[in-house]
Amino acid sequence: MSRHLQLTENGKLKHFLSIEGLDKALLTEILDTAESFAGISEHQVKKVPLLRGKTIVNLFFENSTRTRTTFELAATRLSADVLNINIATSATSKGESLLDTIRNLEAMHVDMFVVRHALSGAAHFIAQHTAPHISVINAGDGQHAHPTQAMLDMFTIRQHKKHFEGLKVAIVGDILHSRVARSQILALNTLGVSEVRVIAPKTLLPAHVRSMGVIPLHDMDAGLKDVDVIIMLRLQKERMNSAFLPSESEFFRCYGLTEAKLALAKPDAIVMHPGPINRGVEIASSVADGSQSVILQQVSNGIAVRMAVMTMTMGSRGGMQ
Amino acid sequence: MLTSTLNITELLDNLETDIRQQIALRRLNTPLLIGIHSGGAWIARHMHQRLGLTEPLGLLDITFYRDDFSQIGMHPNVKASQLPPHLEGRDIILLDDVFYTGRTIRAALNEIFDYGRPNQVLLAVLIERNGRQIPLQPDCRGARIELPEGQRIKLTGPEPLAIEVQTLACAA
Repeated sequence: MSRHLQLTENGKLKHFLSIEGLDKALLTEILDTAESFAGISEHQVKKVPLLRGKTIVNLFFENSTRTRTTFELAATRLSADVLNINIATSATSKGESLLDTIRNLEAMHVDMFVVRHALSGAAHFIAQHTAPHISVINAGDGQHAHPTQAMLDMFTIRQHKKHFEGLKVAIVGDILHSRVARSQILALNTLGVSEVRVIAPKTLLPAHVRSMGVIPLHDMDAGLKDVDVIIMLRLQKERMNSAFLPSESEFFRCYGLTEAKLALAKPDAIVMHPGPINRGVEIASSVADGSQSVILQQVSNGIAVRMAVMTMTMGSRGGMQ
Repeated sequence: MLTSTLNITELLDNLETDIRQQIALRRLNTPLLIGIHSGGAWIARHMHQRLGLTEPLGLLDITFYRDDFSQIGMHPNVKASQLPPHLEGRDIILLDDVFYTGRTIRAALNEIFDYGRPNQVLLAVLIERNGRQIPLQPDCRGARIELPEGQRIKLTGPEPLAIEVQTLACAA
């Protein structure tokens, strides 16, 4: 279903809603295309004319300054016009249905929706009901998926490790509530890493996590041994509707990444975090700002990866209007 | 000139002579030679050596500036352009392998102007063929040829450089 919805008849990317259903060749094409865009931010004129005349709508039903900003920068660097819909004051808050909002925006001749929504499946729903010439990019939906975040993480890993084969990757923290973790696991396995470990207390792991192709661990020391990549996740307290943890300090003691714990990984291991980071909750400041941290590179790479996804989806149809 | 008589060495000799004349005529000052990926870059490497230019060779990939993105989409294997950060006030020799419709050169000029406003741009090509679609034309050339519709000329290389005439079906 996902593959059918996301791809054109000739296998090109039409929407980007989930990593699910996409093969290694397509994920690699996204990374290669992002590589081409990576240098543009360093030019004197930080723009190329690929999407000149196109209108991209950022439909953010859930707050996220960093993700929205990088989508906006990606679009403007491709010379598209960007419309940021402020949902707090938009018609949906006055009772208009989501579909009516979409229909009205379509009537304004827009070309792409970038959708962030607290409900899983919102981007899929819009992609199923929007006009055929419009592309939809999922910028995070509920606990389901955040595919561009996963791809910028893959891009950052490839920058440092060159190949995915043979890598051991540890994802640490609130796996249960993390759409990023779900997308990362799918992408890492599709790209062929040797081992994906997920490290968290039992309360923060999904029940059937093993079926996702990962090794679940509850002990940080054992989990970090000899890994090449450590991905720390934020505790998503806003999605926790009951007591999942004794306390934040207890969580940091058991699962926080400190310099001592980092020393268990390979000496050239990189430390990642999709942000925003909670210093002293899931990661120590000395590690977040340390020499093995690539957290700010992830932010920069977010622009190039989103430029790649935007051009691939918009350029997927011959004779596009 | 007939396509059967095209000889790479002769074409390079002709082009070199033509460029030298134009450099003198237009009084180009320490020109920057820029080759367009990929055939133009191959020719530019030869010409950079022949002309004994002191400035490093520049390379340009025009993929992000093409005017047919809406028809053909994105090509994933884009080579990064290698140009000095500022082209403001520079004298430039822009070099491509084949001049056909003129659209590649339009894209290249758009990209160059994103690096600054050059003083002069001299356009040099190994071969100019019929089929121009926009009002641009080369200043220097190795040869000018006529090809029937449905045929195109393609440079293969980088070593050895060779010229092939292809029909449209296999040129795709």
